[in-house]
Amino acid sequence: MKNKSLVSISDFSKEDILRILVEAEKFENNPNTRILEGKVIAMLFFEPSTRTRLSFETAVNRLGGRVIGISDAATSSSTKGETLNDTIKMVSGYADLIIMRHHIDGAARYASEVSAVPIINAGDGSNQHPTQTMLDLYSIKKTQATLENLQISLVGDLKYGRAVHSLVIAMSHFNPSFHFVSPPELQIPDSYKLLCNKQGISYKQYVEISEAINKADILYMTRVQRERFTDPVEYEKVKNTYVLKNAMLENSKQNLRILHPLPRVNEIDMDVDTNPKAYYFEQARNGVYVRQAIICSILGLL
Amino acid sequence: MKTNINHELVVQALKNGTVIDHIPSDKLFQVVSILALHTMPNQITIGNNLESKKLGIKGIIKISDVFFTPKEVNKIALIAPNAKINIIKNYEVIKKVELVIPDEIKDTLQCINPMCITNKEHVPTHFYFIDKKKRLAKCHYCERICKDEDLMLK
Ligand SMILES: [Zn+2]
Repeated sequence: MKNKSLVSISDFSKEDILRILVEAEKFENNPNTRILEGKVIAMLFFEPSTRTRLSFETAVNRLGGRVIGISDAATSSSTKGETLNDTIKMVSGYADLIIMRHHIDGAARYASEVSAVPIINAGDGSNQHPTQTMLDLYSIKKTQATLENLQISLVGDLKYGRAVHSLVIAMSHFNPSFHFVSPPELQIPDSYKLLCNKQGISYKQYVEISEAINKADILYMTRVQRERFTDPVEYEKVKNTYVLKNAMLENSKQNLRILHPLPRVNEIDMDVDTNPKAYYFEQARNGVYVRQAIICSILGLL
Repeated sequence: MKTNINHELVVQALKNGTVIDHIPSDKLFQVVSILALHTMPNQITIGNNLESKKLGIKGIIKISDVFFTPKEVNKIALIAPNAKINIIKNYEVIKKVELVIPDEIKDTLQCINPMCITNKEHVPTHFYFIDKKKRLAKCHYCERICKDEDLMLK
């Protein structure tokens, strides 16, 4: 994996995934080292994302590396008309690794082809955000002690939800059963059902969230956004039906954990936060360890 | 009736070269474009809206003294998978070419996703055919899967 960019979760084999998760656990036990001493990491955030940037910067800082970069499009060269090709070629002359976020789909793959140094994709438009997927997997493994044979319920916008798509791809290595819960307008695309069929993975589709809670080991909540609906009336009809409340968890499994890629709006009621099954804030913290493991692995330092 | 006569004349007139027959009429000029026939100095005859038992109407293209590589000719499979390709030598069909959808294709199709980098910057497109029977092509960059009806030439 050394010197190989991480653009899409499908760039990682099952073995790659498991190895990163083992390394991430080591960083959780010992997050502060000087392993990145003398390394310069470029953070190119062509689209602002405070949360993801903070997580990556924390990861690099805890490893003793230095960060350079741009954090929003207003100060970036792209507003002066520079092509992505030119920006990447220039920055790859300065840094040992580029972590980039971009609003255009496929920007990270293209960057990885013109860059002299490896690229970590921190989100390219609606396409991929592989480090999010890796922290989701880490959180699942940590709370369930395994990734194999789990009942995974995915709720919300399954049509456009990037986190959901990548999680389905990654979990498909581990023989899960999926429960897809969404409004009819936002169902999981056919290509993911095709993937499940090909791999012999069972899945069911529901409209009601209540049907997918009690059998779940993992309940993965996502936002249902107004702008995804062609018909505003449809949105008004469903906007309050994909909200998780504490009372709905009464008969859920003991080992159930609730995940969410954050930020949440109203899809998880605040009264869930104190339930020990709520795991979304720990999930975010896990992102730092996973990113430490990915950065070090790509730089060949592990 | 008249079109039929013309059609036969057109076919018989080719001494050496390639005949592309049974092209759906609405795809004829896309085939011209995908093979870049408009840039060739060779003698080319194009017939369109000819009567066809199978298609109703069809197009046909004859190119003198040109023999395409399989890679070139397989581009036709992207838009007219049922077209028939005959290689003519000395007025006779010496070979019928089977069209095969390629594993991947560069700089030929256009991505349907308006937010794809290939539609935003000067990046050549690159697709993988992940299901040749259903003609599903996946964009190498934005990873969007384009269905048969979404496949567009650049
Ligand atoms: Zn694309």
